[in-house]
Amino acid sequence: MGIVKGDQMVLNIGPQHPSTHGVLRLKVVTDGEIVSDIEPIIGYLHRCFEKHCENSTYEQVIPFTDRCDYIASMNNNFGYVVAMEKLMEIKVPDRVEYIRIIMAELNRIASHLLALGVYGLDVGAFTPFLYMFRDRERILDIFELTCGARLLYNYMWVGGVSHDLPVGFVETVYGFLDYFEPKLKEYNEILTYNKIFIERTADVGVLPPEVAISYGVSGPNLRGSGVKWDLRKDEPYSIYERFDFEVPVGEGTVGTTGDCWDRFYVRMLEMIESAKILRQALKNLPQDGDVHQAIPKKIRPPKGSIYQRTESPRGDLAYYIISDGSPEPYRLKMRSPAFTALSVLNEISRGWMLSDVIAILGSLDIVLGEIDR
Amino acid sequence: MIVDWLIDWFPTSVAWPGLTFVVVVILCAIPVFVFIALYALVAIYGELKISSFIQDKVGPMGQGVGLHAWRWGLLQPVADALKLILKEDIIPSSADKKLFILAPFIVFIGAFIAFSALPFSQTLIIADMNIGIFYILAVSSLGVIGIILAGWSSNNKWSLYGAMRSAAQIISYEIPVALSIVVVIMLTGTMSMQGIIQYQSGLIWGFLPNWLIFNNPFTFLAFIIFFISGVAECNRTPFDIPEAESELVAGAFTEYSGMRYAFFFLSEYANMFVVSGVAATAFMGGWLSPIPGMLNTPAWGLFWFMSKSMFLIFMMIWFRWTFPRLRVDQLMDVCWKGFIPISLFNIFGVGIWHLIVG
Repeated sequence: MGIVKGDQMVLNIGPQHPSTHGVLRLKVVTDGEIVSDIEPIIGYLHRCFEKHCENSTYEQVIPFTDRCDYIASMNNNFGYVVAMEKLMEIKVPDRVEYIRIIMAELNRIASHLLALGVYGLDVGAFTPFLYMFRDRERILDIFELTCGARLLYNYMWVGGVSHDLPVGFVETVYGFLDYFEPKLKEYNEILTYNKIFIERTADVGVLPPEVAISYGVSGPNLRGSGVKWDLRKDEPYSIYERFDFEVPVGEGTVGTTGDCWDRFYVRMLEMIESAKILRQALKNLPQDGDVHQAIPKKIRPPKGSIYQRTESPRGDLAYYIISDGSPEPYRLKMRSPAFTALSVLNEISRGWMLSDVIAILGSLDIVLGEIDR
Repeated sequence: MIVDWLIDWFPTSVAWPGLTFVVVVILCAIPVFVFIALYALVAIYGELKISSFIQDKVGPMGQGVGLHAWRWGLLQPVADALKLILKEDIIPSSADKKLFILAPFIVFIGAFIAFSALPFSQTLIIADMNIGIFYILAVSSLGVIGIILAGWSSNNKWSLYGAMRSAAQIISYEIPVALSIVVVIMLTGTMSMQGIIQYQSGLIWGFLPNWLIFNNPFTFLAFIIFFISGVAECNRTPFDIPEAESELVAGAFTEYSGMRYAFFFLSEYANMFVVSGVAATAFMGGWLSPIPGMLNTPAWGLFWFMSKSMFLIFMMIWFRWTFPRLRVDQLMDVCWKGFIPISLFNIFGVGIWHLIVG
């Protein structure tokens, strides 16, 4: 934090503020409306996730991963079980893999809907937020149908999933997709191509690709800067190599490549791609197979360590697990994509106005549960 | 009109003329206050229901117990108002108490006294001044002083931001509002609200009512500028940057709660009505019927005036639930680089049109 000069003022945004997306505190040095420095102060939601894991068995870690990125719990489960299966060299049945992909992509859509809706709220548009929440609700209903939980699922287990798909699941998801895909046009009409929205987001908070890479920004934020990097494509895990989908990148359609609008629009396009993956997965979903078949009786991985990255809705989510052969992990480290996204905030919002800082923060789509862990 | 009637009615035998003044002012103020309160309840209910319709939800439906449970949730705004009245009155310990208490009243007075020149119908107007429209423009900018006081006296950085933004915004948008009204005064040759309406009676182009909005393209443009600037003066979305919930928490009103907050809320709605009422009067024929020569009794006049004003208020509500918010510098750009040059050009346009077309 720089020295506060005579005509500058320190402003605390948060921890109680409508648009900090959780309990984040931003210490902002402002000169009138112009922001000259930002220091994000984190830790208000620190729940000792990693330390807790060292004292829990490997099965007990899964509910903790739910609570990290509580917007996309399925994807967090997914990353952990993929890492564990690689460490223990478990081959899971095809049906389980397909179910996991369906859940992960549904949750990606739900997460992006929340991010985009709340972004609308950040720039002052209330209605798109409710439209997107209305549609996100349908996805949560599907999850509730499957595993009984609406937010924290504990659904993916090492070697399988907790429940098999309920009767009529495939039809429900098809029904959702048929309902959802035309809705994207509605969102674009009310928010994406709104003149005021473009004024507020185009050319604002430009994140050049070099800066993004040097800060380790990943996921839609990196792709918004025009870098084609998606772990589902570039480092396929699970069975992502079997699916045909595009990796949308920001192209500076209305402003500069890497501005807030690009980061916003990349998420919009990613929902279309997720819907595409979902349709393929539903078509090829094997009809039989026991989802509990490959679940080990005792989870006791051999001595060693694993670093496995997966593509969560927020980016490059990785688990580093060290096993000493006991039923508890010796060390579990989570690489949080939202953390790196937040670290770039100061870099890209210096010199912008107070309102822009809110817009830039919203476009980075951070989840404090994952940053503080 | 009402004032004249009351003064006539008041016994002339009263020795002290000051007493007449006091009694007449009170007799005029009470119905206006009651009207604002009732109208605010209707407008809040309308806002709830219209926003619900826009946002694909149901809004108040008469669920729960007590006032909420009445048919279609019609008493929801009453319940909200009661809640605000019963809430604890919190004054921050570091606030400048006198100014903090004074601010909501100043904001409200600005909106309140503007009602005295609004022509509700042929006979229903508190005072038909010969400078009516000028008077409304003058007193409705009084509110900004209250907002600055509120922001300063709260001793809160968010409030200060809100107040400074509000001051800049309202003062800037006064100019296009006034310039658009100049167009009206040029054509009608009067500043009296009733005079402006009387000018608009009859037909134009053979079939349209002779409202200024239809008079020529420049007056139509003036109406658009007046209405949008009016929305900005009311601090409504997309110009709600002084409150800017997601940025400034609640702007100048952050530290206010309970009844004091309710007064700001009431003034916002009252201001909306003033802006809509002036727009309806100056550009849409006020209490004149849309079919010239028909249904022009004073009772119908009240109906037409209220319908036109409420239609414009509906437009404001529609804006609010559709648009995102502008940034503070973009807001200034719209005013100084857009509206003011266009308004100035408009004045020439109307003059030349008037000279050529007649």
